[in-house]
Amino acid sequence: MLLKLNVNGQKVEVEAIEGMPLLWVLRDKLKLTGTKYGCGVASCGACTVHVDGVPVRSCVMSSENLADAEITTIEGLSSKVGLAVQQAWAEHNVVQCGYCQSGQIMSAAGLLAANPKPNVSEIETQMSGNVCRCATYQRIRAAVMRASEILQEENQ
Amino acid sequence: MTTTLTRRDFLKSTSAAVATAIVIGYSPRGTLAATSDGDSSLTPFVKIRTDGQIVVIVKHFEMGQGTTTGLPTLVAEELGIELDDIEVEFAPSNAKLYGNQLFGGAQGTGASTAMANSFMQYRKAGAAAREMLLSAAAKAWNVDSLTLDLSNGMIFGDSRKAPISEFVSAASTLEVPTDPRLKSPDTFRLIGNPNTSRRDNQPKINGSARFAMDVQLDNQLVAVVSRSPSFGGTVVSVDSTKARSVPGFVDAVILPAGNGVVVYADDTWAAFQARKAIEIEWDFSQAESRSSSELDSALLALVNTPPSFVAKQDHGLKETSRLIDRAAQTVEAEFFLPWLCHSPMEPLTCTIEPTTDGVKLHDGCQFTSGAHQVLAAVLQVPMEKIEINTLYAGGSFGRRATMTADYIVEAALAFALSDQSRPVKLVWSREDDLSGGAYRPAFAHKVRVGLDTDGRIIAWDHRIAGKPIFKGTPFEQAFVHNGVDHSSVEGVVDTLYGIPGQFVGLTDFKSAITVNWWRSVGHSHTAFVMESMMDILAKASGQDPVAWRLDHLSGDSKDQQRLAGVLRLVAEKSGWNRPSVPGRTRGVAAHKSFGTYAAQVVEISRDTMDSVKIEKVVCAVDCGMAVNPDIVKAQIEGGIGYGIGHVMRNEITFENGSVMQSNYPNYHPLRISDIGAIEVHIMDSRESPTGIGEPGVPPSGPALANAIAVDGLRVTRLPMVSNGVRFA
Repeated sequence: MLLKLNVNGQKVEVEAIEGMPLLWVLRDKLKLTGTKYGCGVASCGACTVHVDGVPVRSCVMSSENLADAEITTIEGLSSKVGLAVQQAWAEHNVVQCGYCQSGQIMSAAGLLAANPKPNVSEIETQMSGNVCRCATYQRIRAAVMRASEILQEENQ
Repeated sequence: MTTTLTRRDFLKSTSAAVATAIVIGYSPRGTLAATSDGDSSLTPFVKIRTDGQIVVIVKHFEMGQGTTTGLPTLVAEELGIELDDIEVEFAPSNAKLYGNQLFGGAQGTGASTAMANSFMQYRKAGAAAREMLLSAAAKAWNVDSLTLDLSNGMIFGDSRKAPISEFVSAASTLEVPTDPRLKSPDTFRLIGNPNTSRRDNQPKINGSARFAMDVQLDNQLVAVVSRSPSFGGTVVSVDSTKARSVPGFVDAVILPAGNGVVVYADDTWAAFQARKAIEIEWDFSQAESRSSSELDSALLALVNTPPSFVAKQDHGLKETSRLIDRAAQTVEAEFFLPWLCHSPMEPLTCTIEPTTDGVKLHDGCQFTSGAHQVLAAVLQVPMEKIEINTLYAGGSFGRRATMTADYIVEAALAFALSDQSRPVKLVWSREDDLSGGAYRPAFAHKVRVGLDTDGRIIAWDHRIAGKPIFKGTPFEQAFVHNGVDHSSVEGVVDTLYGIPGQFVGLTDFKSAITVNWWRSVGHSHTAFVMESMMDILAKASGQDPVAWRLDHLSGDSKDQQRLAGVLRLVAEKSGWNRPSVPGRTRGVAAHKSFGTYAAQVVEISRDTMDSVKIEKVVCAVDCGMAVNPDIVKAQIEGGIGYGIGHVMRNEITFENGSVMQSNYPNYHPLRISDIGAIEVHIMDSRESPTGIGEPGVPPSGPALANAIAVDGLRVTRLPMVSNGVRFA
């Protein structure tokens, strides 16, 4: 089937077999490999991308009927919130193996876009769908707080 | 040359040539040597291009443990440049040049050895480069090299300065100093600096880091394997009729040993779909057919019968039993520790690409020498025609290095069975990962301890049973002695506690279930048992758990003193001697592994439903000199999360030989809300660096169990959720 997509601000047309989830269209067809495969059942969050600014698990997301949607992957994350999250991630040296971190960052950016000043419990609720086997969780918590702080500094 | 250049500018300021000008390393004879062309008879750790760009060749793969930061730090420190100005390349496969000094020269990463075996090598390589550049500058300026200094990539004389790039080609003609002068630790700027950031931050934050799963070669095939649902089953027949209707399906071929069917397709999704459509008839006559209830009972029975092997005996078994039987007090406990899967975030994968006269492996390659050899053997290609491209690895925890190089063999077979015109990328799904074996073997322990009237240990009878990791592998000779696989008993036979009258017996468990080292190997189960026992015994003798441990670490040996040191530090930092916060309890554990001493205090609370919440973990660690303290902390934080997460919830179980866990919904990984703050305190030390990737794991589980036991429930069977503990 021919898919029409809008990925990271670019309109693309891509041929894919029917039923191929968005994750595999991004990775295998568009070669946007920053979005990761971790579980395939929306249980680890490594595949998180934004559809119209909202974090979704691309491994279970249909690729059809997305022609009017704006899809953002880690490669295209350039919003003020996204950049603040990435800066905070670097300041806290969050990454270890790094494989889950694209998804963590997309989830965190989605959280802060909707709720710029989350408390610890809100952070844990939003981020609990993202697994990190290296267990970088306490740095993730700190970095989300820091990103929130960066955004507030910028708004002053 | 003027001096207004920024650090980055100097790299671009002179020659545009990109050819390597100097390579510093060690020759196989162990002396330093330089070459202008990367002569393969050297061990090149440090390259300096003629434009001045420093390139550090990292011989250990990066799975998150920080080698691409730590090893370049050593060179940057000695060479006098900033870490940001270094480029990093992973070493090609060449054991002669890049062998692990602690692996008998085989090239590979594991057992928390990367820093320990690289520390002097990389410092010396950086120091030699520095001396050569200074000598070249001294000659050019006609001054004594002792009057010159090198920092930030610039060479400074009394009245002038110039970037090192000006002297690269002259330096490359100089003899390499055999014993370059190393910096005194007092003058370190980078080693031990807590503000040194990871070098792999940016690519892992912006999505550009390339993992093996990200390999996208032109015209590549994706191969997935349908494996026997129970260990040891073989294929009788395969019917791929239905797969033919999956667009992108290419072929399905039975593996030569009959242990699976390779399914080829044009992309990953098509391969997964085609595999589902393939019908296979299996022969299970030689397969594991037991269910967990039978497997567990069989294992536990082995610690209640005379052991097959004696791993340690201060007295014979009979005398040990006699001493315990006559003791004033006898303490006895039986433990069961389940099969565990490593489950790194990036499922196993690698790609084999045909080259003009050989192949190239693209892999997050942990055991390079092993991969190289199996590729040569399976593909019948000469070693020198095989290239290995090491990519970032999305975690490993031991899984990417197995005795049999399982997934690399699969990839090689998948490539060999194809027409070999296209690159073949082997992909494991998460379901493959969880059911694919190479587990931390399940272990049973039974411990009987006799105490005298003063609560002192008289004798300790310790029985262990489990499937050995090294027996029957190429490493058997090194790790198995008198029938005892060291990995089954490490952490017990070499306990640092002064325990009189210890007897350790071992019995091997037989099963077709495949096993492997898992983050912290034997210590992953022995520390749980030893540290649970130490708490049980402290209670039996009416002593405080920290004081009891310190009493058994009162000798003069450095080992005992260092373990006692971290225990005291963790007690101080956790406020152990102050009453705990109302409603909370604390547990302690301490253990040495991989040369490193770690002690932890876990603090828990319980809600009204009696569900346990881990509020805080405090850890004190002595790993010798901490090259990058922040990465040391990160590794300990991660080790604690990995250890505690598995103790809380994880086990691989079987029904009629088949694995019951299929994906994260039924092999629950630790999540962000599971642990509160983790606080890591690093012991100040001038000792050589020791391991850090694994030592955080062993004490974490027993410290949690000990915290839970304060309110009564002593967990001796894991995981905790299956044995009476609820977590909030």
